[in-house]
Amino acid sequence: MGAGADQVVIRARDLVVGFGEQVVLDHLSLDLERGEILGVVGASGSGKSVLLRTVIGLVPRRGGSVEFFAMGPDGPRPQEAHAMTRRWGVLFQQGALFSSLTVRQNIQFPLREYLRLSDRLLDEMATAKLELVGLSGRDGDKFPSEISGGMTKRAALARALALDPEVVFLDEPTSGLDPISAGDFDALIRTLQQTLGLTVFMVTHDLDSLHTVCDRIAVLADGKVVAAGPIPTMLACEHPWVKSYFRGRRSRAAHPAPN
Amino acid sequence: MAVETAPALRAGGLDFSGTRDMNPTPALDCTMTADRLELAAGGSWTAAHADVLERLIDAAAPRVAEAERISLDMAGVEALDTIGAWLLERLMRRSNHHGKRAEFKGLPPRYRGLIAEMHAVNLQPRISQRNPNRLWSALDGVGRAAAGLMSDVLVFLAMFGELSAALGRVMLRPRRFRLTSTVYQLYRVGWQAVPIMVLITFLIGGIIAQQGIFHFRKFGADAYVVDMVGILVLREIGVLLVSIMIAGRSGSSYTAELGAMKIREEIDALRTMGFDPVEVLILPRIVALVCAVPILTFLGAMAALYGGGLVAWLYGGMSPAVFIARLKEAISVTHFEVGMIKAPFMALAIGVVACSEGLKVKGSAESLGTQTTTSVVKSIFLVIVLDGVFAIFFASIGM
Repeated sequence: MGAGADQVVIRARDLVVGFGEQVVLDHLSLDLERGEILGVVGASGSGKSVLLRTVIGLVPRRGGSVEFFAMGPDGPRPQEAHAMTRRWGVLFQQGALFSSLTVRQNIQFPLREYLRLSDRLLDEMATAKLELVGLSGRDGDKFPSEISGGMTKRAALARALALDPEVVFLDEPTSGLDPISAGDFDALIRTLQQTLGLTVFMVTHDLDSLHTVCDRIAVLADGKVVAAGPIPTMLACEHPWVKSYFRGRRSRAAHPAPN
Repeated sequence: MAVETAPALRAGGLDFSGTRDMNPTPALDCTMTADRLELAAGGSWTAAHADVLERLIDAAAPRVAEAERISLDMAGVEALDTIGAWLLERLMRRSNHHGKRAEFKGLPPRYRGLIAEMHAVNLQPRISQRNPNRLWSALDGVGRAAAGLMSDVLVFLAMFGELSAALGRVMLRPRRFRLTSTVYQLYRVGWQAVPIMVLITFLIGGIIAQQGIFHFRKFGADAYVVDMVGILVLREIGVLLVSIMIAGRSGSSYTAELGAMKIREEIDALRTMGFDPVEVLILPRIVALVCAVPILTFLGAMAALYGGGLVAWLYGGMSPAVFIARLKEAISVTHFEVGMIKAPFMALAIGVVACSEGLKVKGSAESLGTQTTTSVVKSIFLVIVLDGVFAIFFASIGM
């Protein structure tokens, strides 16, 4: 490993995850370094979302370890595990906004639960987060069912960022957005990553996202990381899936390889 | 344990963001020099200290508003997040309003973006919601409730109309009727409901008989318990109990199912494929209910009579043969008919209410819960009202 021990935010080793007979992740190892945007790609059903959900502890693992913030291989003790949830934010694929709360209340929910803030500051912080992700304060009074898909993604990102997490997990942040909105969203993630000093773990299908925002890419196939590194490494990789993904027709059309 | 945590502490100590909670409490020193207010922020300006920060900012705010020139020294700040940055920005805005501009000194480069970002937010004052007059809002509530009642009636009638139209279409072309779906619903609301319906009515029949025997015995009229149990069960209790149970058991599940389908846009999907949701989803459900409730009523009434007879035998000492003989004299087919005629109407009311409430569900999980509750409350209320109307009707035709 080139990076120092304290520079690795998440260290996953030999992860094995399966459902019934089916093994989804087979001795997978992956590092997430502080301050980087890691893009995880792979074919549909290759276990990208499962990997994300395993790392944040929603899916039980059969073997291996996930180590956060260099806390030791056994992971945090139970009382620390709860505190860990304050240090990450998760953007779910469908947003997962609480449907009975307004967007503003959604963002205020973690703030209200974890911090002692005055009502005025709660309101200001919610508006600040909304404006940070490119929504207006007025959108905050709408309910999740009343806003568009792109706005849902932004609102969910605002909620994920509510507690100023160090790590943000994004599950297909640009899926279901038009290319222009997706590009804006990518730029937003880049800006936020720089201003807030975030570390980003992003599961994506979007080639544009990979080219424009990701510092490093990890490719999942057959339950393992078959290739990891920046775009040039991907273009040089000879794994058949990686080859067809990064040098296939769709990819060449969008990002012609430099000769 | 101390040995175990030590590496984590050391590792975190090198990096500010790793161990925010362990950073020193924030401070804000104010020094007034000749013409300027010098503020020096120090410590950790993060969410963990939000309450302290807010007090600091509020304490400094009046002096900032008065001062002519302000400088803010950020060199002592060890950690800064959006809450800290926003509170500083809020403080600075107190002075910037009057055309003055505060200056930041010693701002570490890594926080520049954050400070600039916070400088751009919360510029529009939030439109505060007016607190309306109490009396006004009470009147408003009454008015809305009255209008709501009217629209509820209209929704009920509309659903009834759509259902009739769907039924008409299906009758003209019987192949469009969804037999499989209907049979499946019949299995769910009919067959699967049998055990609980039989059990409840059996118990209620027994309880009525026991109470009757206990009180009638005082004036030697225990034989009339059979009349009471027989007439009450066949005319009223059987159908009423079953209808109320069905409203709670099957009506609520109809509402929840249709509501969840509405939220997940499945109903819109059906519509765009050229299917009528009333015909595909609602008609089979209501037909199943209209078939199931009379059957359940019959089974329930039999179970209640059985329970009554059993209690009369074991508790009142009336032999089954005597009970059956008294029952033959006490009741007539009319009583049975009265109960059975009511059953399909009850089922129709429950089904229409449950389905129309299901379609009223809006996007949120809370709305699904509200409509399900409303569905059960409304259908039970309607069942009891209908029972009263039937009582008047049967009395006037002498049944």
